[in-house]
Amino acid sequence: MNAKQIDQQTLLKDEKDPLTHTPVHLLSLDGVGKHYGNIIALRDVTMAVDNGRVTCVLGDNGAGKSTLIKIIAGLHQHDEGVLHIMGTERKFSSPRDALDAGIATVYQDLAVVPLMPIWRNFFLGSELTTGWGPFKSMDVQKMKDITLAELAAMGIDLRDVEQPIGQLSGGERQCVAIARAVYFGAKVLILDEPTAALGVKQSGVVLRYILQARDRGLGVIFITHNPHHAFPVGDRFLLLKRGKSIGYYDKKDVTLEELTAQMAGGAELAELAHELAELGGHSDVVQEVQAEVAEVAEVAGVSSQRQG
Amino acid sequence: MASTTTLPPAPASKSGSRSDERMGRRSPFQKLLGRPEVGALVGAVVLFIFFSLVSSTFLTPSAFSTVLYGSSTIGIMAVGVALLMIGGEFDLSAGVAVISSALTASLFSWYFSTNIWVGVVLALGVSLGIGFINGYILIKTKLPSFIVTLATFLMLTGLNLALTRAVGGSVSSPSIATMDGFASARAIFASSINIAGIEFKNTIFIWIILVAVASWILLRTKVGNWIFAVGGDANAARAVGVPVTKTKIGLFMAVGFCGWILGMHNLFAFDAVQSGEGVGNEFLYIIAAVIGGCLLTGGYGSAVGGAIGAFIFGMANKGIVYAQWNPDWFKFFLGLMLLLATIVNLIVKRRAELK
Ligand SMILES: Nc1ncnc2c1ncn2[C@@H]1O[C@H](COP(=O)(O)OP(=O)(O)OP(=O)(O)O)[C@@H](O)[C@H]1O
Ligand SMILES: [Mg+2]
Repeated sequence: MNAKQIDQQTLLKDEKDPLTHTPVHLLSLDGVGKHYGNIIALRDVTMAVDNGRVTCVLGDNGAGKSTLIKIIAGLHQHDEGVLHIMGTERKFSSPRDALDAGIATVYQDLAVVPLMPIWRNFFLGSELTTGWGPFKSMDVQKMKDITLAELAAMGIDLRDVEQPIGQLSGGERQCVAIARAVYFGAKVLILDEPTAALGVKQSGVVLRYILQARDRGLGVIFITHNPHHAFPVGDRFLLLKRGKSIGYYDKKDVTLEELTAQMAGGAELAELAHELAELGGHSDVVQEVQAEVAEVAEVAGVSSQRQG
Repeated sequence: MASTTTLPPAPASKSGSRSDERMGRRSPFQKLLGRPEVGALVGAVVLFIFFSLVSSTFLTPSAFSTVLYGSSTIGIMAVGVALLMIGGEFDLSAGVAVISSALTASLFSWYFSTNIWVGVVLALGVSLGIGFINGYILIKTKLPSFIVTLATFLMLTGLNLALTRAVGGSVSSPSIATMDGFASARAIFASSINIAGIEFKNTIFIWIILVAVASWILLRTKVGNWIFAVGGDANAARAVGVPVTKTKIGLFMAVGFCGWILGMHNLFAFDAVQSGEGVGNEFLYIIAAVIGGCLLTGGYGSAVGGAIGAFIFGMANKGIVYAQWNPDWFKFFLGLMLLLATIVNLIVKRRAELK
């Protein structure tokens, strides 16, 4: 449980940003905190995002993951700490601000308008126009063509871009949202639990898009509560629990088992197994949880030995 | 493989065209059925045929011109109200705001003895201002528009009566027929155009122009895209960078603008306005928009639909007179149309949201 944590000061110390050739992070958070009234949703979170790297944010329900990305996306403002975009301190006052700074977000609830056609959703807020002054109109044909082409490039073959987006499957909608973010030249792509509602196959598709986006040089923030999804694609892992950072690791310093163990918390799992047995839970389930407890304990033991 | 489809692999189409076996063929007729105003269109045709059969005068050109005039006085407002409803809001103050606008123009120019046009321009400012205030309070308080505009409805109703009495000493505004600018203002807002021997009120043409402009904005400009989006899901719209506040306030001001046109027409069609008028008309505008296929919950509808809704209203209103029935039946008709239209809308929405 004591894998080496990332030291923000030394992280990528001698590397230069491949696009801007400046020795700074694309985006970095330093001691960021946020409260809603008297509820502290997030405190003292430090992380960095760089071009061509995937930063995963892991945590259970209510850990503060969505709060964290809402700060980066301009939906909320942080009340503690600083947010740097390419070295300059920023505080976004609206999502438009963040978008203009190259930060695109695929929200948990997707931010699509279900009754609107796919192509209108794709270009919503960034419509293409032709013409002049008061006679400026949308370039409808071009927008439809681009929507079709961009989605085809992601391997989604659409029936009809005039279809209301509400009729698409969860996975398809997810892909439209990602394609939109990538098309509008995002530098940072944030995905809030993109795989939460998806089946195994669709999850695989989304994970592949994450890698595609990374290979295109985007800095990706991938939020999930599933370490099995995070580990294969992530370069760095930030673990949140009850609004606090409980770990920040580089891929080379941590294993999937360690991540899982830290997220679940061995003691809590043991307690759950006990409780389920007490309540007369199905024996299969109880055994499964007990097995997991054993696994977590073992991993914890191994990692502490390795440390020692 | 870098990209896979999330869908079951479609057999490669031999033609290479984008035909898709999952699509089914959609004939132009089926496409028409997918439009928001189709229910209203069918209703309008049925009603038209019905009144043509039961009334011998309904089909005469002058009767048609009267029906169109009746439709236009609702339709002009229905344009703004439909856009607002697509944007997800109501305006219950729209009916009395028309009268407020007319009263502003007449009382101001009468009291200060200015040219009528000074009052007309001031009334435009007042109408846009009322829309702005409605929208601004709505955005700032996040209260439902039902409450906000109900409050402005009551306040304007009171103001109309109180200020008219305070300034002119009566429930009706004083006559402005002899004042400077009256003739030119009447020519603009309340004249008739003779086409092939039939008098058409110019509000009919204003109405058609407004519908055309609103349709263009809605379907072909980015502002139109924003209107659908703020009505469909304001949070999602804000998240992708749509200026939700400006769009919503702008929509309320558009209703104000339509109210100004109708208010000026009401004033210059005669030379005075009754300060107690307008109450209840807001529902006629909303009904026209709903019959025309605008979803009460926002995000769906069309300007043409609102126009068809207003036309249905005009036909039912005058058709009953031409059929020499008791006008008591009018409200029954309206209620029935409203019910049928909302049921059609419901089906449309279900089909769009469910797979
Ligand atoms: N607008 C809000 N007002 C008050 N409390 C909030 C608000 N939004 C979130 N919270 C609280 O802040 C905490 C963190 O919430 P957040 O949505 O960031 O969790 P999350 O990690 O995204 O969870 P999930 O995995 O369920 O999406 C929760 O305890 C939540 O109740
Ligand atoms: Mg969340």
